[in-house]
Amino acid sequence: MASVSESKKACTVNPLKMSQPLGACFAFMGMDNCMPMMHGSQGCTSFGLVLLVRHFKEAIPLQTTAMNEVSTILGGLENIEQAVLNIKKRANPSFIAIASTGLTETKGDDVDGYLKLIHRKHGETLAGTRIVYVSTPDYVGAFEDGWAKAVTCVVDAFAEPCEARDPQQINLLPGCHLTAADIDELREIIASFGLKAIVLPDISGSLDGHIPENFTPTTLGGTTLAEMQRMGASVATLAIGSHMSAAAMALEERSGVPYRVFERLTGLGAVDELMGYLSELSGQPVAAKYRRQRGQLQDAMLDAHFWIGSRKFAIGAEPDLLAALTWTAYEMGGEVLAAVTTTPSPVLAGLPCAEVLIGDLEDLETRAKASGCEILLTHSHGRQAAERLAIPLLRTGLPMFDRLGASHVLMVGYRGTRELITHWANSLLEAEHQAKPEDWPLNAESLAAARGMSPPASSCGSGGCGCAASPSHEQSETHLSQELQP
Amino acid sequence: MDARVSAKIQDVFEEPACEHNQNKSAKEKKKGCTKQLSPGAAAGGCAFDGAKIALQPIVDVAHLVHGPIACEGNSWDNRTSFSSGSKLYRTGFTTDINELDVIYGGEKRLFKSVKEIIEKYDPPAVFVYQTCVTALIGDDIEAVCKKASEKFGKPVIPVNAPGFVGPKNLGNKLGAEALLDYVIGTEEPDYTTPYDINIIGEYNLSGELWQIKPLLDALGVRILSCISGDGRYKEVAYSHRAKASMMVCSKSMINIARKMEERYDIPFFEGSFYGIGDMSETLREIARLLIQKGAPEDLRDRTEALIAIEEKRAFERIAAYRPRLEGKKVLLITGGVKSWSVVAALQEAGLEVVGTSVKKSTKEDKEKILEIMGQDAHMIDDMTPREMYKMLKDAQADIMLSGGRSQFIALKAKMPWLDINQERHHAYAGYEGMVELVQEIDKALYNPIWEQVRKPAPWELATASI
Repeated sequence: MASVSESKKACTVNPLKMSQPLGACFAFMGMDNCMPMMHGSQGCTSFGLVLLVRHFKEAIPLQTTAMNEVSTILGGLENIEQAVLNIKKRANPSFIAIASTGLTETKGDDVDGYLKLIHRKHGETLAGTRIVYVSTPDYVGAFEDGWAKAVTCVVDAFAEPCEARDPQQINLLPGCHLTAADIDELREIIASFGLKAIVLPDISGSLDGHIPENFTPTTLGGTTLAEMQRMGASVATLAIGSHMSAAAMALEERSGVPYRVFERLTGLGAVDELMGYLSELSGQPVAAKYRRQRGQLQDAMLDAHFWIGSRKFAIGAEPDLLAALTWTAYEMGGEVLAAVTTTPSPVLAGLPCAEVLIGDLEDLETRAKASGCEILLTHSHGRQAAERLAIPLLRTGLPMFDRLGASHVLMVGYRGTRELITHWANSLLEAEHQAKPEDWPLNAESLAAARGMSPPASSCGSGGCGCAASPSHEQSETHLSQELQP
Repeated sequence: MDARVSAKIQDVFEEPACEHNQNKSAKEKKKGCTKQLSPGAAAGGCAFDGAKIALQPIVDVAHLVHGPIACEGNSWDNRTSFSSGSKLYRTGFTTDINELDVIYGGEKRLFKSVKEIIEKYDPPAVFVYQTCVTALIGDDIEAVCKKASEKFGKPVIPVNAPGFVGPKNLGNKLGAEALLDYVIGTEEPDYTTPYDINIIGEYNLSGELWQIKPLLDALGVRILSCISGDGRYKEVAYSHRAKASMMVCSKSMINIARKMEERYDIPFFEGSFYGIGDMSETLREIARLLIQKGAPEDLRDRTEALIAIEEKRAFERIAAYRPRLEGKKVLLITGGVKSWSVVAALQEAGLEVVGTSVKKSTKEDKEKILEIMGQDAHMIDDMTPREMYKMLKDAQADIMLSGGRSQFIALKAKMPWLDINQERHHAYAGYEGMVELVQEIDKALYNPIWEQVRKPAPWELATASI
């Protein structure tokens, strides 16, 4: 059990957190033929866009209502209207997905109202393009919250109750910490039970690094409207990460599809649970491929525990990613001595570490230093801290701008867990201390005794018992050198 | 709008040294250089972004962003502006205001934040950046900074360029105004020489300043202050003691150059480090202005001697690539000076420039293009991503040189691409830089991957039975 507290500082130093609207727009990028848009000043979009471009090394569709001071004060109706019409004309997407920002929320724009007016006025022009809106002020919550709210909004907007259930179909609601590779892996696992998953949002379709045949300004790949409308026919919904429970619940309310939240799918026990659940749901046995993979994971755990056991971890990540990493480190015998996250979440209190702080990377660095952490897990912004701490940084989560392959990092399933712990073990192995001749000096007392001198005086007589009264190393050194004077 | 910001913006818009501005009617001038943005079809950063770009390269200062997490949390430590010393500029400081701050005001949190920074990091100065939300709720950062300066005995500088007042370019200038109002002229250098210059508007991206510095060092010219690449607070504070200034021609900080001339009688010229001819011209201008201000005359001859040797060395090395690059077609999508200044070097290497964008170029830039490339010069005014993609896909160009924004247009068309804008990882300034640019073009064009990625899949072959 962990005590969860918030940093008391006035100034955030080296932010771990990113903003809600960016998380929301990232979720919208998992919808097919979609143009996400931030309702705010153009900088809001520009910063978010650059961040995602650097993470994915892909063109990122993200537009802005380009609010300025005057339009903010007068209200953003005109800007939204123009933006929607412009996007429709230039890109004709299936979806225009809007997230508000701190600026327009401070003003208090009634975007839902605006959209009704716009529909009334331009209904015909906008036919074929669905517009969805989510309220995500920058000064509340974090990236993960924005993603969760956006998915809930999409469910509310497009999921429908269906008359007949398809016993072969399930819904998968991945959290924002899952990569394209994670989603692909889960889809395959689910398929091995004879089930088909509708994934929402599906960034494995849109941000997996494909080369389209033609230039497209919107997302290419991701969940389609038809798929969203069919979600109500599924036999179950799997939500991955506790921040996806609200969306799963909303889906159940709308369509009666029961859900199950898996807080994480990294770690032997966690994956076992998923396999058991899917097997029961489908009435199918676990495929031979995964039985083998389970064995391989067990073997990797045996090999890796030498390196991970008792090692001190410092982890900075959004709540559900933090949970997956902290549990996995704990289950491998590691100790998480510094854990920092971005926003409150029900998963935090149950984590197997003493303390979780809602704070920044400065907090993480200070704690890692104080407790002598040996490995740092956080996003690329941890690079300066890792350098100062002189410990390995394993880039985990978003953004990962100074490494390639962010979409293809696999962390879920037996295979993903195996890859993750092997990666950790390898880094620790590389940072392993090579013994030197001076690593095991004798203590002063033994040294004196061996040289036929009387032991240094102290209250308990020996000083070797480690009691508070024992002379410090430095003192005994002086003592000894004095005695050694001719 | 905060009356002070509004007055500043008008002031910046009326910049007399901006030729672009001088050609406008009085009415147009009043509207300023803010192009009306088109919602849903806009790209580019905000004024806050621009101010941060302009000032963050001052490396020993703590740059504190007063606003919600988006402004700093989504963007910090994302540039390749290098430092030869302090790394404090790479630390992300933000007040990360919450809902209660929005309701009750964020001034107290800002003041406490400054205090924490000074206690923990003890920088020579703190720069406080205003953002949209805190501007909208009326946080008076000037007042907080003034109070904090008095209380902590350290310069705390307000940078009043909230994102929603305009684009990045305006922010550059508002950032520059903060330096003029609060920093420049507040300290004195230990000593001065007749060879002291300022370089204004150079951000030391990928260390480009260090491609130029050895040339100046060799001539005995001292960079008293670079505003702002690899800059130190103190250096900016005493930059008013320079004998001459070079304004790097992006014009991003033209107001600093002109107002320093007005206030401190420091003459300036507009120059570029990009392109061999431009580099030489820049060195000549520096020498000319320094001599005009009293530096010994021999500087001119030494400069010419250096230019002769450096140009020869550079052109010889570039010519070596000629057999490999002859006739290869380059599409140059950049703006302003770079739309022509690198062309000579590319032509020297045998490359043919099949198009150059002039969207951000001035009339003079366009004349230069005609002069260098002749009447056949293909000037591209505004090319949509789709058109760029098509041009590359149809192999009307062999390589595209552009900024990161259009990177994937080229790569997804399976065509070579080279970054020549601010996020680039290579330094292309001066003589060394041009050689490096040609080297990089060669490296990109001759990479064996192009042939492989363009190869059809086995199942796409007509004869395949797969």
